[in-house]
Amino acid sequence: MIEVRNISRIYYDTSGLPTEALLAVSLAIRQGEFLSLIGPSGCGKTTLLRLIAGLDLPQSGELLIENRAIEKPSHERGYVFQQAALFPWKTVEENIAVGLKARHTYKEKKSLVPEYIRLVGLTGFAKSYPHELSGGMMQRVAIARALINEPKALLLDEPLGALDAFTRIELQNTIRRIWSETGTTIVLVTHDVDEAIYLSDRIAIMTARPGRISEIIDVEINSRRDRNHDDFINLRRRALEKLHLAGEVYANVRGAGEAI
Amino acid sequence: MNPKRSANKKYWKPKSKRWLAAAILSPAAAVAASALVPNVQAVNTLYYRTALVAFLAALLVLWTMRRFRNRLYHYSQFIAAAGLALTVLDLLTTKSNILKLPFFPGPTQIVEVLYTERAMLFVCTVYSLRLFFAGLACGVILGVATGVMTGWNRQWNYWLFPVLKIIGVIPPVAWIPLALVVFPTSFYAGIFLLALASWFSIAFMVAGGIASTPKAYFEVSRTLGASERFLLFHVAIPNAVPSIFTGIATSAGMCFMTLVITEMIGAKAGLGWYINWAKAWASYDKVYASILIMGAAFCIILGVINLFRNYFLRWQK
Repeated sequence: MIEVRNISRIYYDTSGLPTEALLAVSLAIRQGEFLSLIGPSGCGKTTLLRLIAGLDLPQSGELLIENRAIEKPSHERGYVFQQAALFPWKTVEENIAVGLKARHTYKEKKSLVPEYIRLVGLTGFAKSYPHELSGGMMQRVAIARALINEPKALLLDEPLGALDAFTRIELQNTIRRIWSETGTTIVLVTHDVDEAIYLSDRIAIMTARPGRISEIIDVEINSRRDRNHDDFINLRRRALEKLHLAGEVYANVRGAGEAI
Repeated sequence: MNPKRSANKKYWKPKSKRWLAAAILSPAAAVAASALVPNVQAVNTLYYRTALVAFLAALLVLWTMRRFRNRLYHYSQFIAAAGLALTVLDLLTTKSNILKLPFFPGPTQIVEVLYTERAMLFVCTVYSLRLFFAGLACGVILGVATGVMTGWNRQWNYWLFPVLKIIGVIPPVAWIPLALVVFPTSFYAGIFLLALASWFSIAFMVAGGIASTPKAYFEVSRTLGASERFLLFHVAIPNAVPSIFTGIATSAGMCFMTLVITEMIGAKAGLGWYINWAKAWASYDKVYASILIMGAAFCIILGVINLFRNYFLRWQK
């Protein structure tokens, strides 16, 4: 459904030195699948997501959605940032309705707003302002705001990266439920291997300098049900090996991460 | 920190019986001084004493109302100081003639003037407030419009920013000679000068508010199907609303100053004009009465601006 063909994106710093954020990356994302992009920081996973959104343009290569070129942002591709980027002057329901208002369909589709509030589990908070919400609730609003446009694809840019461990697991479950209820194609950028396995059909592992996709791992439906299942653990080991993070090093990193 | 001290953030010493007693005793002392010490100057003490007694009665009535009680405690230091100041002033002027007339009338005379000249003072206050709000409204409209254009559009920014910068530093009263010639009446000239006084600071604040809109707000709106128009009216301008109010609050003082100077120089009505007129007759009691009303009026103006601000910015913490 979304095709990324031979994309390159190079950034130049102030002294004119190039950084190859993405070099000759190709990827085909299927209709209705859940795909995660995972890799170390600086591997270009966010860049790739922004290119798919149309928020950035590549120097070379092609980006297609249903065989049409992606040239600019569109409501067809909903985007959720790591920081929810809610409009602080709007209430929860007003934030969720922004997409309808922007596309002048608010009058006909007003009734969708409470539906999406319920979908993300925020019933009772319709009239709250963002500053009254926790980080996890803000991300729920951001997800509902993107989903109300019924996008062909939902692009999630580390949406859980700034949340604590409990909220993160709650929201992973919510995202999984939303995916099964709406059937939307979801592309998730994350640096959490467990999260990627738990949620995805496929995991694209990326490496840095230059940014490329080194491997795509298929996740069997059964192996992602239970985080303590052998299949889950095997997949995690495989993914970590690909990321060159296997064994003790990773254990340390995880320990440190959880202590925070 | 002492937990007792940090218990109430809003009100200062909300349980201090001592300060409350002072707040009641010191106006009472002012009444006693006025009634018991013989007058040296020839004045009518009726209005001053009535005002003080009415004030004391109001204090006692407020004390019985639970919802005002903390506020009463909060202001009791001020009230005590004010009562003391009135007593001392009364003794220095009316009661002893140490501070001489006509330049230093006592509180007795100022209160008397506030009452006997009430019709004139009321009309002048209405005139001043009318000019103030008309001028400020023009300044806000022009300021928001130019601020939005400066912050949003680079072509407009190229022209407007330097102009705002140069004209903005000129004190608005410097334009008085021009304004009095160009405009048909002193009222319109006043509006022009007040608009100048508020325009530039509001425009700068708004331009800053528009330009500082987080990039993520624009990006997320684009992925929701927003047009350029939507980005301006539903993202950038709402983001600049706090700056608009900061601009209004900071320019209100400048506006008020310009108002009084304009009225003193060119107008035929208003509190500024009244001061000048009273000075010509050496009625300094009227000058002080007018100054007192100005102080009260500006406090109320700031309060009103604050009410609007709180309403429009209810989404902030």
